[in-house]
Amino acid sequence: MTRTFLGMPATAPAGVGQLRGEESFPAAARRSLADPQLRRNLGHATRTIRAKSAGVIGELPDWQELRSAGSAIKADVLARLPELLEQLEAKVTEAGGVVHWAADANEANRIVTDLVRATGSDRVIKVKSMATQEIGLNEALAEAGIEPVETDLAELIVQLGDDRPSHILVPAIHRNRAEIREIFLRAMPEVDPALTDEPAVLAAAARRYLRQTFLHTKVAVSGANFAVAETGTLAVVESEGNGRMCLTLPETLITVMGVEKVVPTWRDLEVFLQLLPRASTGERMNPYTSMWTGVTPGDGPQAFHLVLLDNGRSAVLADEVGRQALHCIRCSACLNVCPVYERTGGHAYGSVYPGPIGAVLSPQLTGVADNASLPYASSLCGACFDACPVKIDIPELLVHLRAEAVEARRRPTAESVAMAAAAYTMDRPRLYEAAQRAARLSRLAGRRGRGLPPPLNGWTGSRDLPDPPAQTFRDWWAER
Amino acid sequence: MSSRDLVLGRLRAALAEGGQPPVQVPRDYRPEGTLDLDQLVERLTDYRAHVHRVPEAAVADTVAGLLPAGATVVVPPGLPRAWLPSEVTTLTDDGLDNERIAAADAVVTGAAVAVAETGTVVLDGSPDQGRRVLSLLPDRHVCVLRADQVVATVPQALARLSPHRPLTWISGPSATSDIELNRVEGVHGPRNLHVILLP
Amino acid sequence: MRIALFVTCLADTMFPQAAKATVRLLERLGHEVVFPEQQTCCGQMHVNTGYQRDALPLVRRHVRTFDPYDVVVAPSGSCVGSVRHQHATVARRAGDERLAGRAESVAGRTYELSELLVDVLGVTDVGAYYPHRVTYHPTCHSLRMLRVGDRPLRLLREVRGLDLVELPAAEQCCGFGGTFAVKNADTSTAMLADKMRHVLATGADVCTAGDSSCLMHIGGGLARLRTGVRTVHLAEILASTEPSQTADERSRLAVRP
Repeated sequence: MTRTFLGMPATAPAGVGQLRGEESFPAAARRSLADPQLRRNLGHATRTIRAKSAGVIGELPDWQELRSAGSAIKADVLARLPELLEQLEAKVTEAGGVVHWAADANEANRIVTDLVRATGSDRVIKVKSMATQEIGLNEALAEAGIEPVETDLAELIVQLGDDRPSHILVPAIHRNRAEIREIFLRAMPEVDPALTDEPAVLAAAARRYLRQTFLHTKVAVSGANFAVAETGTLAVVESEGNGRMCLTLPETLITVMGVEKVVPTWRDLEVFLQLLPRASTGERMNPYTSMWTGVTPGDGPQAFHLVLLDNGRSAVLADEVGRQALHCIRCSACLNVCPVYERTGGHAYGSVYPGPIGAVLSPQLTGVADNASLPYASSLCGACFDACPVKIDIPELLVHLRAEAVEARRRPTAESVAMAAAAYTMDRPRLYEAAQRAARLSRLAGRRGRGLPPPLNGWTGSRDLPDPPAQTFRDWWAER
Repeated sequence: MSSRDLVLGRLRAALAEGGQPPVQVPRDYRPEGTLDLDQLVERLTDYRAHVHRVPEAAVADTVAGLLPAGATVVVPPGLPRAWLPSEVTTLTDDGLDNERIAAADAVVTGAAVAVAETGTVVLDGSPDQGRRVLSLLPDRHVCVLRADQVVATVPQALARLSPHRPLTWISGPSATSDIELNRVEGVHGPRNLHVILLP
Repeated sequence: MRIALFVTCLADTMFPQAAKATVRLLERLGHEVVFPEQQTCCGQMHVNTGYQRDALPLVRRHVRTFDPYDVVVAPSGSCVGSVRHQHATVARRAGDERLAGRAESVAGRTYELSELLVDVLGVTDVGAYYPHRVTYHPTCHSLRMLRVGDRPLRLLREVRGLDLVELPAAEQCCGFGGTFAVKNADTSTAMLADKMRHVLATGADVCTAGDSSCLMHIGGGLARLRTGVRTVHLAEILASTEPSQTADERSRLAVRP
């Protein structure tokens, strides 16, 4: 009995990591919407990336075929996830790596902390990784007296600015060059006080600042974009070379990876290496991709640990509709095309996974009750579905999760009572006609709807409701 | 119960309901394309790599022209000596420490494969390419590529590569899009990438 | 052809002119329009807000009502989208596979107005006359759920007297999204503000679309700002002809100063 219970899919625990916001999406969004600088930064950045991405996607005559293949490979991965993970474990072990399994964030943090401690190092260099942000690894390391140094430029901006990431790919997308310069001047040790806000100058400052750290840190922590079950090969896709530094220079490499990142075969990479860069940074290929299989004698880290992380993924997998959120390859295309994200930014989503994918992934990882406002953080415009390189039907998932959120409620709410009443009325044409007449005659809403009660007055705060017409269509039809 | 059993048990339980039908992966995307060396050159150049198309006999002179006088160059042990100009100081990798590699003016390597469509060169740690660190720390990377190493598409490149070697896919010099999503060259990797393309 | 009109609850109650125009247009083109009176609402608002169980009887009613007809038309991309992409899902979620099958069958015979005209009836010139400067907002569900593509634009280009101007950033959502506009009113308003800015930039006196709901949203914003730009459903433009205009329509269609 106990074994069965323990083996049931579980959501991510609360109190660790960053999957839950402190307030609802509408409340958090209100603050972002009131920040004109933030909206300008986001508008500019997302417009830029949309145009770049559209350009390089247009160069491929088989983009749709690649999307279909990518989607099917991911569906296949999920259908055979346990066996693929066992295969991956065997291959990584065979190649000299050590595989660890982490049921949740706490366990993953403990594993990594213990591994770092065992090396005697009090500092780790990190490649940008969503998984380690999700589990709050930096906080756990710091608590254990180990300094985590983020080496991705945007992560560095976030870390030095004592800020939170707001985008999957470009965590500092909410900062413009002038703000970045100020952060560097304030928080980067030994920075040149004559620093300008030229992007190349800012990048050079980061290069100087991190170089010695790269050369003298013995442990690195990375995430993984892909792990090939067939061969035990890991892949990290990046731009700056900080990834190469972390994956090459230290003596010990610890990679933390969500279980869904496994792909069955070496050949499958041919699909994702075409999809990911074009959908994410809008490049034909990102500057650097590193692939390694276990340990290579005489080249790179001689100790390699792979931590396979569940942290709620089994719960997502258990939902036959919802599981397609696990197809995600973290490209951020859905963020860049989302009209809601473009205006609210990533912080409003509360979780490290913002935007449309966050709105469907975070509530599933935590259980929908803990992120109940996120499935509603979308107008269901569908731009995300079109942009997704692995064809995640995010609108369908949002609608599905809204139903889950409603059906998980124990007590009726004003909304649920109104919805039930509306459905009751609409299923009875006589009552429906009577309601139409009532709406027309009583003008309950007052002039142009301005007197509507909350929450409907949210709508009429900035828009006029038209006056009901003198005659409904069905009355007109009856009189014809 | 070990965490391994716990995680695998949860995943199996999650999949248990209804059984999982096998998934057929449609692979009707292009497996290969028509090779076009000009496309490779154009796309490397588009991402700010410098391309030099010369006959093999001219490699050493070309390399010399890319380096300051008295330059120190790191080379992997299997690099053809004929590619190196006589006027540079050569540091052949026999386990050089990182500081010395980082202090060099340049590194010269061969390549395993290149992809024309994406403007990518791939290194696989063969003797003419060496350890990954060699092509990472110097600020200038000169990569010598033969035309028969170039393929048109990403699927063709993967088919030529071995997953059991450490691979580095390089598409232009180190860059970032982290400031206002504009690509800026020059962060942690080599800020100058020269590709010498042989016939 | 005998065509059943799925009027949609919003057009029936709030925007009957769009539905009346659909009837006039189709009859003018020589088709018979019938109005199954047992219809009420497709349940989209319930589904999109999470109340799939409450939507189930509405789906059942819709399927029962329209199953007898070979061709069904609605002047709404959004409601047709719900019929095509949600009804079977609602039925399956409730474990009613038989209803799901019937829902799919009805969905296969249900068309948004521009789809019906271009694909089924094979016309793009419907003989309309509408002497106004018009910009077209391709609503999200028409664009991305139904993929109506340029069908509405092809229809509009054939309208005599009509000066069609391109809407900048046309594919961006107007921010309506049903209860989204209520639950996330601030974000919705920010989206609407940009949409209105683009509409005003065209200098058009009429903004048209294939959905009364989005037009209600955009029109509500434009009215609040007293811009003088009106929202008019695509069906009304296509139904307009010079000789057939009544005095009432003339005054309604005329641009207010």
